[in-house]
Amino acid sequence: MSTHGHDSHHATTTSSGTFTRPLIELRLRVNGIDTVCVVHPMARLLDVLRESLHLSGTKEGCGEGECGACAVLLNGELVCSCLVPALQAMGTEVTTIEGVAPSLATLDRVQQAFVDCGGAQCGICTPGMILAAKALLTRCPQPTEAEIREGLAGNLCRCTGYTKIFSSVLRACQADGATTEGGER
Amino acid sequence: MSRAEVLVGLVGADATLQSRELPDGVPPSWRESSTLAVVGKPTQRIDGSDKVTGRARYTPDIKRPGLLHGKILGSPHPHARVHGVNISDAEAQPGVKAVVVLPHLLGGAKLESEKARGKLVPVVRYLGQPIAAVAAETPEQAKAALARIKVDFEVLPHVVDPDEALKPNAPLVFSGPVSMSGSAGGGGAKGGIPQKGNLRGPKRGAPRGKDAAQMEQAVAAALRSGQTVVRGTYRTQVQTHSALETHGLTAEWAGDELTVWASTQGIFSVRDELAEYLEIPTSKVRVITDFCGGGFGAKFGAGNYGVLAALLAKKAAAPVRVCLDRREEHLAVGNRPASEQNIALVSGKDGKLAAIELRGWGAGGAGAGAGFAGPANNVYGHCPAIYTEEFDVFTHTGPLAAFRAPGHPQGAFALEQAMDELAEKLGIDPLELRERNDPHPGRRLERQKAAELFGWSRRTLAGQLPPEGALGHIRRGLGMAQGCWYYFWSDDSHAEVRIHRDGTAEVLAGVQDIGTGVRTPLAQVVAEELGIPLASVKVSIGDTRLPVGPGSGGSVTTGSITPPARDAAYQARLSLCKEVAPLVGAKDLAPGPGGKLVGTAAGKPIELSLKQAAAKLRKEQVSGTARRKPDYDAAATNGRAWGQTGGVQLAEVTVDTLTGIIRVERIVAAHDCGRPLNPLLVESQIHGGIIQGISYALFEERRLDRRTGRMLNANLEQYKIAGALDVPRIDIALLEDLHGRTSTDARGIGEPATVPTAAAVANAVYNAIGVRLRELPLTPARVLAALAAPATGTAPR
Repeated sequence: MSTHGHDSHHATTTSSGTFTRPLIELRLRVNGIDTVCVVHPMARLLDVLRESLHLSGTKEGCGEGECGACAVLLNGELVCSCLVPALQAMGTEVTTIEGVAPSLATLDRVQQAFVDCGGAQCGICTPGMILAAKALLTRCPQPTEAEIREGLAGNLCRCTGYTKIFSSVLRACQADGATTEGGER
Repeated sequence: MSRAEVLVGLVGADATLQSRELPDGVPPSWRESSTLAVVGKPTQRIDGSDKVTGRARYTPDIKRPGLLHGKILGSPHPHARVHGVNISDAEAQPGVKAVVVLPHLLGGAKLESEKARGKLVPVVRYLGQPIAAVAAETPEQAKAALARIKVDFEVLPHVVDPDEALKPNAPLVFSGPVSMSGSAGGGGAKGGIPQKGNLRGPKRGAPRGKDAAQMEQAVAAALRSGQTVVRGTYRTQVQTHSALETHGLTAEWAGDELTVWASTQGIFSVRDELAEYLEIPTSKVRVITDFCGGGFGAKFGAGNYGVLAALLAKKAAAPVRVCLDRREEHLAVGNRPASEQNIALVSGKDGKLAAIELRGWGAGGAGAGAGFAGPANNVYGHCPAIYTEEFDVFTHTGPLAAFRAPGHPQGAFALEQAMDELAEKLGIDPLELRERNDPHPGRRLERQKAAELFGWSRRTLAGQLPPEGALGHIRRGLGMAQGCWYYFWSDDSHAEVRIHRDGTAEVLAGVQDIGTGVRTPLAQVVAEELGIPLASVKVSIGDTRLPVGPGSGGSVTTGSITPPARDAAYQARLSLCKEVAPLVGAKDLAPGPGGKLVGTAAGKPIELSLKQAAAKLRKEQVSGTARRKPDYDAAATNGRAWGQTGGVQLAEVTVDTLTGIIRVERIVAAHDCGRPLNPLLVESQIHGGIIQGISYALFEERRLDRRTGRMLNANLEQYKIAGALDVPRIDIALLEDLHGRTSTDARGIGEPATVPTAAAVANAVYNAIGVRLRELPLTPARVLAALAAPATGTAPR
């Protein structure tokens, strides 16, 4: 079992800067890999992923749980990682966008559908959208378009107009679980 | 120069072969896209897999060894004088590596008298105005240290509401005349315009080539002529760009050389502004933008955050990242200004417009140039009398920035509703009224195609469709609007194409992808010219070390950079012919159709594919370079010498008369953008423009507290942008509109797509409920108030 590298630059001061708490040794499983990193207990899971674990595919849009750009799966459930304190992620299993594709050369069916249908435009909402779609398809494998809209309602996109995101998710259902090769330049 | 036959006009409608004077060094003109292999075909983004796997690196993702985190101290007051800034306590805080004070402010209008450089920020004119910044080992440490910067503020009275700002004795935003420089996204305001109190203007306008003073008299005469007149006052709100990726920049010095990674629409504008601000040679600044998470007009130049990052990095001798948070993004880096527009249309009974008069103000905070007269001066430019007057009203709020078709969604909201009102008054169908006044060939075909797709014949007079819902409380309405944008390009756009021995190619161009996906059309035009698969073309963009490219604003990108890319590929083919001709014994080897090289060897015709020819090369590569040529044959007009892009949108809405909630059920959009190089990406741009337009129409509004000047909804919860549940069915009719002006004939679509949407929705709402809403956004409260009040010609407040 391998372990992600980590750095321990995290704060020992709170935002008020007036008192300190000890750092914790955060153990969690990220994209199937057991991981340990030393962080402040109130560090945001988003920062743990992006800064300590160098998984920058998870984006920050608002920092307040309103836009869904930072969505990840925590024990299979869709969460905004900007709202999850590190301590709460102790012992959990986290899937980020980097853990969605089955291999470097292969895309997951949802990812492939986003490529095929133009579901990604600027791409900044795309990781969160794909994880939201994954969460939706897990609990509802053949969603209607209305269910897709409902399932993606927590994820904002400023540039695609959503339409091609919906068709990407519909396409992914039609792909029927099979992963497809390709997507490489 | 040589003459050639080129296809000009609307494919499938009036396209004909015309003779054009073509400059030297350009490839033969393409015919309609159905005759091409790669161009004009819906094509997946070549960088799609990077975006869906998280591999794509955006500015906030850039990691550098020893990276520090920068945070900005913004003014807590909307209006104040700064008598001093003490940073020594902040410098002593844990983890802090550098603290700097912003030497002078970028953005917004500038007092003519304040243009001297190198002094401290003397006056704060909006809450959130950057003052100083801290770099520390962690973002938390940087944020904590901001509280230790001591600023000696002399707090002054402020005004954030335009109506209040217009009153006598209102606090002054600027003590004297101002001007404002524009960006590659547009905007800007020239000096020499009268200014009194917080009111600057008028900027007098008329259609291109017409004299404003004469037009003013002609309009006045038409208004007295006893013809049909409609008048109305329309108001629009402040919209913030709200790109999901905030503004940000990471700066790193190596000796006297500065490298920055920036979230920008214009890498060269960032470079030039940094070099100028920091007084270092342009050649010592490098700007890199691999991917950008949206800009919409607000991301040009280095920005105050960028300058601060560079200064902090210099002082700390370490790389520094400054990325704004959502609140700063709403406050300090631009917005679409508010407006109040008074419009009058004069028409004969035959529906021929006799005059258009538009007067009003725009309010872009501490910025100038908040106009809206583009549609009035251009969409019905054949109207014999058009006169516009635009004023700026200054308030103590963040300055405007170019925002997707600056001024046009506002202008269309007033003009197109007035047209709707005129149509009703004259008893003429709204589409027919446009037909009688707008001969633009693109829009003419767009109206026809959109009407068919939409089923416009279902439309009745306002409030006539049968009520729906269990209580009969749902009213349905259909409306339309149209817009314009312009064919802009930057001829300072260059590309290099390299052909390698293995038959693959590279295209290098200093352009940036702001999300629209410019890598893919670049690869398409090169693959088409060289006759090789798309996958054989590598695209390198987003770096100021590449040949100079256009800033991505004004919808110029595709029309500026794809012609030199194709021309460079053609030049590379010519080089290949020259290299390979002696090797195959065909002196006359030359580029032929389909990327082939054709010639005669030993009296027999020979034909080589690019791959076959490249394999014979005795050097690593051949390359070609090209600069964007001026448009071909400026004298040939085809009735549209002055390039105007059209756009017609039809909307179907339902209005719940009990709750006041408007739902947009369907939009049919018909657009032209020259030759659509990649219809998949063009459709995405149109979808995005429509949903931003719906969001503008129904939801978005910056709300301010008058007493404190604070923004009450500086987040993405109370500042609502359209989400997945708000999207209507969208159908698109895309024209192929060839002009025979460049080697690709491409034009931009980003901006035209958002111009008519809010107006079309408002007209559909009127058609549903029979009461006209003249103020944006069309909130449930405004719907209910309008239903309860008798109709008037002014905006319900």
